[in-house]
Amino acid sequence: MSDTTVLAPQEHFATIEQQAHAARLGMWVFLASEVLLFGAIIALFTSYQVHYPDAFRQGVDHNTKLLGSINTGVLLTSSTAVACSVHALRAGKRRLAGLLVAATIALGAVFLVIKLTEYAKHFHEGIYPGGAGSFFQVHHARGLPEFWTLYFGMTGLHALHVTIGLTVLGVLLSRIMRAELGAASAHRLELGAIYWHLVDVIWIFLWPLLYLA
Amino acid sequence: MTEATYLNARTTIRSWVLTTDHKRIGILYLVTLIFALVLGGFFAMALRIEHLTPGHTVMTAMTYNRSFTLHGVIMVWIFMIPSIPASFGNFLLPIMVGAKDVAFPRLNLLSYYLFITGTVMVLVSMFVGGIDTGWTFYPPYSSSTPTAIPTALLGVFVIGFSTILTGLNFVVTTHTMRHEGLGWMKLPLFVWAIYATSIIQVLATPVLGMVLLLVVLDNSLHWGFFDPARGGDPVLYQHLFWFYSHPAVYIMILPGMGVVSEVVATFARKNLYSYRAIAYSSFGLAFVGFLTWGHHMFVAGMSTFDAGAFGVLSMLVAIFSAIKVFNWTWTLKGGAVALKTPLLYVFAFLFLFVFGGMTGVAVAAMSLDVHWHDTYFVVAHFHFIMVGGTLTAFLAAIHYWFPKITGRMYSERLGLLSAALVFAGFFVTFFPQFLLGNAGMPRRYYDYPPQFQPLHIVSTAGSWVLATGLLITAIYLGHALFRGHRAGDNPWGSRSFEWRTTSPPPTHNFHATPPFDIDPYDYTQPLPGTDDDPAAEKEAA
Ligand SMILES: [Cu+2]
Repeated sequence: MSDTTVLAPQEHFATIEQQAHAARLGMWVFLASEVLLFGAIIALFTSYQVHYPDAFRQGVDHNTKLLGSINTGVLLTSSTAVACSVHALRAGKRRLAGLLVAATIALGAVFLVIKLTEYAKHFHEGIYPGGAGSFFQVHHARGLPEFWTLYFGMTGLHALHVTIGLTVLGVLLSRIMRAELGAASAHRLELGAIYWHLVDVIWIFLWPLLYLA
Repeated sequence: MTEATYLNARTTIRSWVLTTDHKRIGILYLVTLIFALVLGGFFAMALRIEHLTPGHTVMTAMTYNRSFTLHGVIMVWIFMIPSIPASFGNFLLPIMVGAKDVAFPRLNLLSYYLFITGTVMVLVSMFVGGIDTGWTFYPPYSSSTPTAIPTALLGVFVIGFSTILTGLNFVVTTHTMRHEGLGWMKLPLFVWAIYATSIIQVLATPVLGMVLLLVVLDNSLHWGFFDPARGGDPVLYQHLFWFYSHPAVYIMILPGMGVVSEVVATFARKNLYSYRAIAYSSFGLAFVGFLTWGHHMFVAGMSTFDAGAFGVLSMLVAIFSAIKVFNWTWTLKGGAVALKTPLLYVFAFLFLFVFGGMTGVAVAAMSLDVHWHDTYFVVAHFHFIMVGGTLTAFLAAIHYWFPKITGRMYSERLGLLSAALVFAGFFVTFFPQFLLGNAGMPRRYYDYPPQFQPLHIVSTAGSWVLATGLLITAIYLGHALFRGHRAGDNPWGSRSFEWRTTSPPPTHNFHATPPFDIDPYDYTQPLPGTDDDPAAEKEAA
């Protein structure tokens, strides 16, 4: 039913197109800001990497490449799913759109579970941020604490973004299921999808830095 | 007969504190900002009094450290960074683009409350130990001092969030909310200035947010991002901090330049010499501003080559600034100049900004900076730019738009008098500091050798003149708020768009569709439907 409803814009907008345009641009500007936020800590990471090439090599080697790469695959798939959901909603296929968003959320949850498993493993080995833990009594390479502190900082901040993204997608999913979002308001879902893509893109930068380099 | 305005539409307290009207939010900011200015000014006066004599005068060394930190933190983060964009930008930008409101009115209100939250956190930090790092929060000291670093820095972080959201709102508003037929090249220059500022706010502030967060983690959890004992490098903090905080200078000065453009055109009754040069040079400044941060670190172990590169890039700033200054002065030349209070403040701005700017070119040269670094010379330099620039522009804006915002007029005589006092007081306060710095007086020192005392006394005396000027301003503006005579819709006869509606404007800014066919700086023809319209004048007669 909502698919055919003509939406009225908020009173300070002339048309719904103008409102959608503003919302989309607003999201992009916000993402630009987010990129600089992560840019700052990535810049810090690469600076320390140049300072301490050996310690950072050790750190990267200590991480499980397989888990990091699986997580990359998981996020990329989820991003594809959410992109398709926008198309589906726009085409009026509300059920399909809902399913795809649900799949995105499930994949996002899988990502977090794998990430937390990795954290558990680190803690078990005595690796904590700030060079705390038994691991650093055995491994003395100068700069190694910086690697792990930055690792926790970067992945933690990213995981926070994943969690926010999942919350947003959860709200959108419930609105799709209650038929509050339809073809006419697909741009609302698109906003959530753009944000989710950012979460994905940032991981694409973290993955080589922390697992492959 | 009372007209419906944004002020009398609804008058409950609730209608103010929960408003989404950009004009009311602008006023909320303005009130908060003036409070911050008074508080920051209080600490400034206390610091100047302490320096009347060498050694102990009125406060202990620890109180001194906390006072100069709070002075800097309040003035930079709570007053100057939000100042003109959050108050006048909010009030005017939507009107100037012919919109009913900003693109995201509720987000705008959220920005304000984030700003309040951050401000309260900084103020709370005053009472739970204070902070004694200076407004730059350099590690390793900031990562180890037992003072209230986490509270204060998280406060600044939250203010940063508010800044980003405000910038975002303005960027989107300028892009998507312009009235039909209102192209970029027809926008008032204040909009260009706020737009360029917003871009910096959105792109630079997150870097500051990140780096402050890391210092909080260092200080509270000892994570050691910048702790040499854990392999960290404090100099990397300086790089990231100044990557934000140099562009922040343009967050402070570009909106002021927007004000100057408006005031100059209105009081010279002339089209600006080159609209495009002023509009584009803002972007020149915004862009170059991202490439000059290294000039704060010439003595922090930087290679000569890097220092040279940062020095040359920093000097480019002077070129874009000069483009603006020559434009304004050339506009004034041959104009029908009316010397009113806003214009007098603009003259103060021009003098102090050029003076401060020239000393900026000097400190951008590494060989000179090595001598002046961390002395009162630098203190005087940035006060000339930040106070001499931003504060005078802020005062020009308050006077210029006072009739727009309140519908009333202040006393022009007292206005001119206090503007002269502010200018003279400012100059007498800070000019001696150039001499002090050049003679070797380091900044942030509690004590000094006796031979510096005469200059310190002159500087302190100047601060009293400055404070007197501001006090008089507060009194006559407060009086005019309630007793000032009705100003009419367009007392300055300006062509700019915000004057093409009633003063104060109605809630949705315009009573009817505003006419945007006459350019905001076109003084060659009368403006229909205003006091400036000869037809209307004839009718009245
Ligand atoms: Cu600078």
